[in-house]
Amino acid sequence: MLDELSYYHQAILHLAALITLSSFLMLGQSRLLRLIGVFAAQGFLLSASTALVAQTHDFPHLYISALLSLLLKGLLIPMMLYRLVMRMNLHREMDTVEHPAGVMMGGATLVVFSYYVCLPIVKLSPLMTLNTISVSLAVVLLGMLLMITRRHAVAQVVGFMSIENGLFFAAVVSTMGMPMVVELGIAFDVLVAAVIFGIFFFHIRSSIDSLDVDRLSKLSEVEE
Amino acid sequence: MAWILAILQTLLFIGGAPLLAGWIKMLKCWLQNRNAPSLLQPYRDLRKLWRKESILPESASWIFTAAPYLVFTVAVLTAAVVPLVAVDLPSARIIDVFGLVGFFALARTFLVLAGMDIGTAFGGMGSSREMTISSLAEPAMLMVVFTLAMSAGTTNLSMGMDYVLDSGLVLRPSFVFALGSLMLVAVAETGRVPVDNPATHLELTMIHEAMILEYSGRYLALMEWASQIKLMLYGVLIANIFFPWYIGRDFSPAALGQGLLAIMLKLALLSVLLALSETLLAKMRIFRVQEYLSFAYLLGVLGMLSHIILEVYYA
Repeated sequence: MLDELSYYHQAILHLAALITLSSFLMLGQSRLLRLIGVFAAQGFLLSASTALVAQTHDFPHLYISALLSLLLKGLLIPMMLYRLVMRMNLHREMDTVEHPAGVMMGGATLVVFSYYVCLPIVKLSPLMTLNTISVSLAVVLLGMLLMITRRHAVAQVVGFMSIENGLFFAAVVSTMGMPMVVELGIAFDVLVAAVIFGIFFFHIRSSIDSLDVDRLSKLSEVEE
Repeated sequence: MAWILAILQTLLFIGGAPLLAGWIKMLKCWLQNRNAPSLLQPYRDLRKLWRKESILPESASWIFTAAPYLVFTVAVLTAAVVPLVAVDLPSARIIDVFGLVGFFALARTFLVLAGMDIGTAFGGMGSSREMTISSLAEPAMLMVVFTLAMSAGTTNLSMGMDYVLDSGLVLRPSFVFALGSLMLVAVAETGRVPVDNPATHLELTMIHEAMILEYSGRYLALMEWASQIKLMLYGVLIANIFFPWYIGRDFSPAALGQGLLAIMLKLALLSVLLALSETLLAKMRIFRVQEYLSFAYLLGVLGMLSHIILEVYYA
C-alpha cells in the first residue's frame, strides 16, 4: 500500500497525478495564454518529478535532464509561444472547446484505457514507480485528444508538446531516464520544432489569414 | 456518558454555526476595507427575526410552514452525526456518508418545494436553479465519497477519520483531488460567491435567497440558521476528513479540549480561504456553473482513478 513507500516515492506519485491534472486543465482551457501557462506549469512539474527521481534513486545525470526540462519546457518554449501569441495579437482570441464536458469525460476514459493497457507491464516489474507509466501514457493520449479537439494551430502545438512531456515522463519514471545523448537530442528536437512551428504560424496566417487550421482544408479560390 | 457528549457536541455545532458565519463576514469586511460587524451579529439577527411576527403569503400551503422546521431539523440531525470534536462518538455510527448526502438532499427537496409552493416567479426560478446546481453537484460529491470509501475501506465518517489518523502522514494523490472537488462542491452547495451570492438580494442572480424570499420572522430565522449550519457542516467535513489531526480520540477532558481548539483553528483557517476566494472571484454567470461543477466532478473522477492507478499495488 501507499504508506509503505517513502515520502519521496509518494511525492513522485503526487507529481504524476498533478501532471495528469495539468493535461486535463489544458484540455478544458479555451484561452490561449492560459493554455500556455498550464503547459509551462506541466513543464515545471515534469522537471520537479525528474529531480525527485534523481534524488530518490541517486541518478545524478537525471539532474541535468531536470534542469533541461525546466529551462526548455518550463521557461523557453512557453515564453516563445507567449511572445508569438502576443505578436500575432491572438491573446484575446478564444479557441472554444465544443462539448467541454464530453471532452473531459473522453479524457477520463483515456486514463482508464491507458491503465488497462499498462496493467500487464506494471505487474511484471517490482519497480514501485512503474504505476506512473500508465499516467504517462494517459498524458500522451490526452495530448493527442487536445490536438484533435482544437482548431487553433497554437493549441495544437501545445498538445504536441505535451505529448512529448508524456513520453519524457515515461522515460524518467520507468527506466530512470534515457541515455544522456538521446535526451539531449530530444530536447533540442523539441526546441527546433518550437521554432519551426513559430515560422509555420506566420506562413499559415499569411496564406489563410487565420490560425484556424480547419480552413486549410478549403481551397483558397472558393468564395467564402 | 458518550451519548451525553454526542448531544453536547451537536449543541456546540448548532450554537457555533452563527459564530462561523459572523467570522466569515468579518474576514470579508476586513478584506474589502469595510467596518466589520461584531462577531455576534448573526446571533442578534437570529434573535431579532425570532421575535418578529411572521407573515404568511395567502397562497401558502402547509408545506410552506412545515419546510423551515424540516430543513432545520435535518440540519441538526446531520450536525449530530458528523464528528466535530471527538471521533468515536456513538452518534457517528448511526449513518454513513451516503446517508449524509441523503440528508442534504432531503433538506433541499423541502426547501425547493417551499420555494415553489407560494407560486411567485422568484421562488420557482430559485428552486429550478437550486435543483440544477444540486443535480450537478451531487455526482461530484458522491465521487469524493467513493474515493474516501475506497481508500479507507469504509463509508462511515468516524471510521474513515480513524483510518486517516492511524496511517499517519501519507501523501495520497487521490485525497488532494478529492479535497479540491469537495471544496468546489461545498462552495456550490452552500451558495457562496462564484455560484451564488449570499449577501445580495439582486433579483436576477440570486438562488438561495430567491427560494426563501417570502419567509419572515421565525421561519426566516430557522432557514438562515439551517443554512449557517450547512456551511459549517461542509467546513467540518473538509477539515476533519482531510486534516483530522488533533481531533479528540477518547473522551478525556484534555483530548476533548484539544479537539475543540483544533477544529476552531481549522475552521478559522478554512474561512480565511473562503473569504479570500469570495473577495477575489466575481460571481459567474448561471450557465457557467455547469462548467464549474463538471470540473469538480472531473476532479472527483481523477481522485478515484489516481487511487486505483497510483495507490494500489499488485505485489
